[in-house]
Amino acid sequence: MKPDPIVYEIRATRNRLFNLKELWLYRELFYFFTWRDIKVKYKQTVLGFLWAILQPLLMMLIFTLFFARALNIQNLAIPYPVFVFSGLIIWNFFSSALTNASNSMVNNAPIIKKIYFPRLIIPVSSLLGALFDFIMAFILFVIILLYYQTAPGIHALYYWPLALLVTAIASLGLGSWLSALNVKYRDFRYVIPFLVQVLFFVTPVIYPTSVIDHEWIQYLIALSPMYAAIELFRIPLLDTLPNYTFISISISTGIIFLFIGLIYFRRTEDFFADLA
Amino acid sequence: MQPILDIQHIGKRYNIAHQSGSYLSMRERISQLFTREKTTKEEFWALKDVSFSVMPGESIGIIGRNGAGKSTLLKILSKITPPTTGKIISRGRIASLLEVGTGFHTELSGRENIFFNGSLLGMKHAEIKNKFDEIVDFSGVEKFLDTPLKHYSSGMQLRLAFAVAAFLEPEILIIDEVLAVGDAEFQKKCMGKMEDVSKSGRTILFVSHHMAAVRKLCSKAILLKNGQVDAYGNTEEISDYYLRQGLSSQTEKNFTQEEQKGESIILKRAAVYAKGQTPHDPIKTSDEVVFEFDFTNTLHNQNIDLTIDLFDQTGVHVSHFGMVCSEDEKLPNGIYRTTGVFPGHILNTNRYNISVMFGLNQSQVLVKENEILSFDIVDDIANRGKNFARFPGIIHPVCKWKTTHL
Repeated sequence: MKPDPIVYEIRATRNRLFNLKELWLYRELFYFFTWRDIKVKYKQTVLGFLWAILQPLLMMLIFTLFFARALNIQNLAIPYPVFVFSGLIIWNFFSSALTNASNSMVNNAPIIKKIYFPRLIIPVSSLLGALFDFIMAFILFVIILLYYQTAPGIHALYYWPLALLVTAIASLGLGSWLSALNVKYRDFRYVIPFLVQVLFFVTPVIYPTSVIDHEWIQYLIALSPMYAAIELFRIPLLDTLPNYTFISISISTGIIFLFIGLIYFRRTEDFFADLA
Repeated sequence: MQPILDIQHIGKRYNIAHQSGSYLSMRERISQLFTREKTTKEEFWALKDVSFSVMPGESIGIIGRNGAGKSTLLKILSKITPPTTGKIISRGRIASLLEVGTGFHTELSGRENIFFNGSLLGMKHAEIKNKFDEIVDFSGVEKFLDTPLKHYSSGMQLRLAFAVAAFLEPEILIIDEVLAVGDAEFQKKCMGKMEDVSKSGRTILFVSHHMAAVRKLCSKAILLKNGQVDAYGNTEEISDYYLRQGLSSQTEKNFTQEEQKGESIILKRAAVYAKGQTPHDPIKTSDEVVFEFDFTNTLHNQNIDLTIDLFDQTGVHVSHFGMVCSEDEKLPNGIYRTTGVFPGHILNTNRYNISVMFGLNQSQVLVKENEILSFDIVDDIANRGKNFARFPGIIHPVCKWKTTHL
């Protein structure tokens, strides 16, 4: 007999936003879900982890060869390939985290129906899986920096992690919201790729914000939660000061989405097993 | 001593939307905004006011027909879905096995699946590591540990899955019909393991259709009926009571004046029962089965014969047997009762139905009734060793065995 037996209640409404203690108890599951997703993803592929870097590399080549001229981008402090790759790796982190998280609840429905654990583990783990791909791509990014002999400023040490954090917030907020909506309305399965595509073009990933000449469009673009992440990530490379108003707007959007997403997720979480 | 599980007035309501499937489509939601029309919703209580408590170390069988609410109760106990009303107080960790091999991924190797599945079931990484060798031993798949699961046979997958689950050590273990699958040898292993678990003082809730297994494993049983507790008590009594409810079989049929069939032979009543019992009692595999027919014979001194065709529920024609009156024992007119006794230890556990036919001189059909009665043959536990599943096959005679030293 244990001295302090666990006593808990199962009842209709559990009011708390998230039971952090419980999430901590189940912390190993974050690791196992992430680990499983990564293993499964690369198990059957011949090139394996190379895919994580091939994608942004090819995209970089395409944008450099075709779009750079079409967009008539000039006066960049760094070579365009470095510029576009720096945007693409952080964008890819966001888009794969968002896509994976959004589909994660539906994809794991068989598990959700049979076993209890805090459901938030699933979208968070898909985000961690995307982070792994980011790290792979980041290694290539360092090689590219060396090749073009572009040295980032020392403040990269805090700007880059900050950019990652902003990306994580943006993708977790939208991702958890969409994953819950996806369980309820399968229509979102078709909305997500479209949404990612639209966000890609309204976020300054492949073009600098300087190409936008109307101020009101700049405000509009700053509403994208990824605006801040991309801009922050490029600060150490471009060595120009960004517009902090726009960055604040973007970060606020991200945080608002995080709250909406988590609250909506929490409110529907209990009924996933009934709906899925 | 306090109960380890206290289930208080649990109710679970589902809204059944009649137009859509199980999940909503957004088009419906949007179209509802613009039209007054609403999808008809029907409330359905899968569970209603279910209360009972479980003391530490007890093993409880949960029985009931399909749709009685067994799975819903298990889902609530496992926290997969919340109750609509009521609450459950648990004084121990609950691990539930609503399925073996939850989260198994065919691309991952056996080893990787052990770790992932184990952690899903609530084991710590270190715990799995400690028990890894035992788990592998129990599953008997050590040769294929690093082979992807997709190359496993379904039997091997099952063995691996159960092996992981068998090494869970929660205070309360909830098991749903995991024994319904797998080969006989493996079932023996599982039953043995589950007996060990229940003997080790842990609390078990076990849902099953196999009365034999419930009787063997559980000291107490709960019978659920239409989402409510119909009976709770000693396993023997409850399972007998459950079986006695006669399922939906029709073991006795009285024909009213209007329903009476036939002209020269008028069928009045038909019944089937275990010898020495009534049509309301369950018929076991070991019982002799009595078929009984009451009829009026309006023909005088004729050769009347009676034939029964026995079918199992899948429509297999199991037997064709009957009674013949010979030339010198012609039946005078009057009211008669004919009984036939079918020997015991022949029919296997199953649902059966019979057709009856009265004939004249074995050439002319006087009256024929298809599917006049249906009945279930239920298991009795004798001589099964550790095998608790339904024995396959149509017949199940008792075989006499003897081993002599050569």
